[in-house]
Amino acid sequence: MDALIDNAGLILRGFGTTLLLTVVSAVLSLLLGTVLATLRVSPVAPLRAVGTVYVEVFRNTPLTLLFFFFVFVFSTAFFPIGSFVVMAVVALTLYTSAFVCEAVRSGINSVGTGQAEAARAVGMTFTQTLGLIVLPQALRTVVPPLINVFIALAKNTSVAGGFAVTELYAVSAQLANANPADVITVLLGVALCYLVITIPAGQLAGHLERKVAFAR
Amino acid sequence: MTSVLYDSPGPRAIRRSRIVGVVGTLAIIALLGWALWSMYSRGLFDDRWEIFVDPPKGQEAADVWSALLIRGLGATLLAGVIAAPIALLLGTLGVSLRRSTLRPVRWATTVVIELFRGLPVVLMMFFILLVFGVSPLWAVVAGLVLYNTAIFAEILRAGLAALPRGQREAALAVGMTPLQSFLSVELPQAVRLMVPSLVSQLVVLLKDSSLGFIVGYAELLRTIRLNSSFFGPDTLVPYFFVGAAIYIGLNLALSRLAVWLERRGGSRRTAKETPVATSSATAAGPDN
Repeated sequence: MDALIDNAGLILRGFGTTLLLTVVSAVLSLLLGTVLATLRVSPVAPLRAVGTVYVEVFRNTPLTLLFFFFVFVFSTAFFPIGSFVVMAVVALTLYTSAFVCEAVRSGINSVGTGQAEAARAVGMTFTQTLGLIVLPQALRTVVPPLINVFIALAKNTSVAGGFAVTELYAVSAQLANANPADVITVLLGVALCYLVITIPAGQLAGHLERKVAFAR
Repeated sequence: MTSVLYDSPGPRAIRRSRIVGVVGTLAIIALLGWALWSMYSRGLFDDRWEIFVDPPKGQEAADVWSALLIRGLGATLLAGVIAAPIALLLGTLGVSLRRSTLRPVRWATTVVIELFRGLPVVLMMFFILLVFGVSPLWAVVAGLVLYNTAIFAEILRAGLAALPRGQREAALAVGMTPLQSFLSVELPQAVRLMVPSLVSQLVVLLKDSSLGFIVGYAELLRTIRLNSSFFGPDTLVPYFFVGAAIYIGLNLALSRLAVWLERRGGSRRTAKETPVATSSATAAGPDN
């Protein structure tokens, strides 16, 4: 127990880094993912192909491989990225965007076809139909799966701990090595920090999902 | 599905989309060209790629490839192949306990599933490695089993919830016990309904075995790292690209299998059931 209390500051800082990675990557991948989803439903075939290839490749790449690329390969092949946190955000964003894209796309498909048909009938263009009519309505069904994507993201930030970012997982490894007698307490303490993020978010997603299901 | 968003293109729209297409394609070619040029100007296309044909230090090309494919990929597949059936079995057990008539059993199972679902897999692997002092292989396998048991149980629960209530009622009406109804009427249908989600979760399981890299299990990525430090740091880039191709190819093939199974299953299902299955599949899909 002492190991946990003595190092509360360290654990809190790790928790802060985990939250930072989660929030920044979530915002960026929401943007990139929505753009990708727009590409995937757009009338221009090459753009659709770009969206499809992106999603297929990144959904089938292990996140560890992406981190490996940015930490060990990227600076040799292209240009150096100074900070490990930036590398982690880039890897997490690229990976999560593919899942955000699929969630948004299934939301777009869930909007009744009559909506888009009516929008086209009054002469709206593709951008207007999507931006003013379909996407705002898709948002409602998209929120619960998106929360699930971001829960997965919060857990995935732990991979950054294996690649020189001092977030919760790295702190737990550091503390466990320094206090061999208190391994169990340290790891349970850190596990609790993750559960504080993931379980309430999961409950929220479930609650919203039921609400949306009843609303329709 | 998507064509409802725009009219079939007229001459102006065709011209415009052709322009966007050409510009977009050129932009991508430019990006790829820049990437290749950047790699070329840093001397990445010199003789370092020869390690795959004629490696230095008295090694044969066969040694390099067997280290990659048999030891590296073999270790990745081994962890996945051990963990997947155990997790499937325990997941089935989990979902049946979650439907138990005893409230404490139901409650305890729910708590355990929620806990394992909410923790990072790598943390579980690390915990098992340190606390139980097992070998890295078993830490990886146990971490994968714990996490995926919870996910499989949730997928099956969604499948069971999607079944019409009449199935259970009919089974009970003809005199089956609740357990018989569960095992021989509901579960087989739920499994079939959720096959696509189960297969895509298997892809996730295989991808997650790469977390072994962090906890010191010599899977494909770690083999790449070890072998490239044996042949010198210059060989890391070629090793990485070959390893990435192996990984992505393998996972793409498995994902294709999931899509194929979904199509095959989808054509046989009635129209009413299909949307339920797809919506719960996407809900379970993005996990990790």
